[in-house]
Amino acid sequence: MPPELDLAPLWLSLQLASVTTALLLLFATPLAWWLANTRARSRAVIEAMVALPLVLPPTVLGFYLLLVLGPHGALGAPWLQLTDTTLTFTFTGLVIASLLYSLPFVVQPLQNAFESLDRKSLEVAWCLRASPLDSFFSVVLPQARRGYLTAAVLGFTHTLGEFGVVLMVGGNIPGETRVISIAIYDHVETLDYASAHWLAGLLLVFTFVVLLVVYTLNRQARVRVI
Amino acid sequence: MDLAIAAGLTPIFSTLCTLATRANGKSGSNDNPSSIRDNQGMRFTLLSLLLLISPLLHAGEVKVAVAANFLNTLQVLAPVFEQQSGHRLLISAGSTGKLYTQLHHGAPHDVFLAADDKHPALLEKEGLVMPGRRITYAVGRLVVWSGRSMPSQEGTQIFQQPGIRHIAIANPATAPYGRAAYQVLNAMGLWHTLKPRIVQGEDVGQVFQFVASANAQLGFVALAQILNPKNMFSRDYWLVPEEFYDPIVQDMVLLKKAENNSAAHAFVAFMQTAQARSIIQQAGYRIK
Repeated sequence: MPPELDLAPLWLSLQLASVTTALLLLFATPLAWWLANTRARSRAVIEAMVALPLVLPPTVLGFYLLLVLGPHGALGAPWLQLTDTTLTFTFTGLVIASLLYSLPFVVQPLQNAFESLDRKSLEVAWCLRASPLDSFFSVVLPQARRGYLTAAVLGFTHTLGEFGVVLMVGGNIPGETRVISIAIYDHVETLDYASAHWLAGLLLVFTFVVLLVVYTLNRQARVRVI
Repeated sequence: MDLAIAAGLTPIFSTLCTLATRANGKSGSNDNPSSIRDNQGMRFTLLSLLLLISPLLHAGEVKVAVAANFLNTLQVLAPVFEQQSGHRLLISAGSTGKLYTQLHHGAPHDVFLAADDKHPALLEKEGLVMPGRRITYAVGRLVVWSGRSMPSQEGTQIFQQPGIRHIAIANPATAPYGRAAYQVLNAMGLWHTLKPRIVQGEDVGQVFQFVASANAQLGFVALAQILNPKNMFSRDYWLVPEEFYDPIVQDMVLLKKAENNSAAHAFVAFMQTAQARSIIQQAGYRIK
């Protein structure tokens, strides 16, 4: 490893991916539940909107986020008034951008999982007067576990590999917005290929190990349930 | 001249096509194999005609890789060159570092207009360019820009106004204009006080975006970007004195693979004519 290799971008990326995934699982659960169960006409509209971040190229999405999160933007202006800090060029801004960027990757697996639930077991729970929260944790969650796993893995890895959006709204600030993809890109641009290879290699190995652990644990847990 | 030939040939082609369609229509009534064969023969004749004429339609092509800061200027130069020579320019823009990496790995460009002299020199050392064909085509000029009207302030005063949250510069490690911006702030003794407010764009194009979208209040960009006719924002700027930074020498090279491409040679020659140099100068560069 090159002695001067800075590993901070790797940790920053892992931090960003973890925070984003946790928040997304939290916010996407009610949204996906609603999408899976509603008969409202607006459902198709919301479904289409959730999928939209997939359409725009990341740098284009990033450009519009630069406008929306900026000091005159719809989100950036009130934020600036409330906190006296800007959203662009900050970690908070990156989290908001990543939430949008990775939203479909979390909502869609959850929605699929909720749609294929065994309705009877849910009705039984209701007949037994289980509270909605209780039936969610005792009936829905065990059945939708696979969906949650997929959602978490996709959300995490997609955020980890984020580049275009961060390039546009990040400002390449060490320890704040210089995530690993940006750092690798900089190394390549400055012809420091050794550092680029090392960072990319570490990212791949680390992510592979995390995924391996997650999938192994999942397999064992499933065996135990059966 | 070749354009004229192309324009003249178009009606002939359409007449031939119409004839072919008519023949097709006639044969359609009595559907026998021989008429289908006739039709195919007609198509074959047309196709071979087309193939015969196509070299006339195609004058030379020059694939140019250009650093982002010079793209707008090249777009002004391109029609002048194309009209004079009859050749066609195919322009790809990007950051100098990225274009260098692509050229190093065999990108199909004939000419490389870099934003510095370092990357062209590297290509020269690697033996990828025609010897003796590394030419300085422009010297970049750095300005500080706020995107809105600026009262005639100079030097350090600009950076000490209230309300400056972010100052955008291009990445000093990769972009020549970013390196110059860093040198300027250093020379003015401001780098350490301003460092927490510095945000980096990939290149001057992104710095322009940061300032234009009001995310940064000041930005170090190229004079050419501000003078660009497409700039809808303020044209007020502070021209940074050149003693504050190393000259941004922008070199071009003719790649070795273009050795036999006369159009590429013509383009390199064109870039050194008085007319081209005056366009480059008007766009906001110095000429060496």
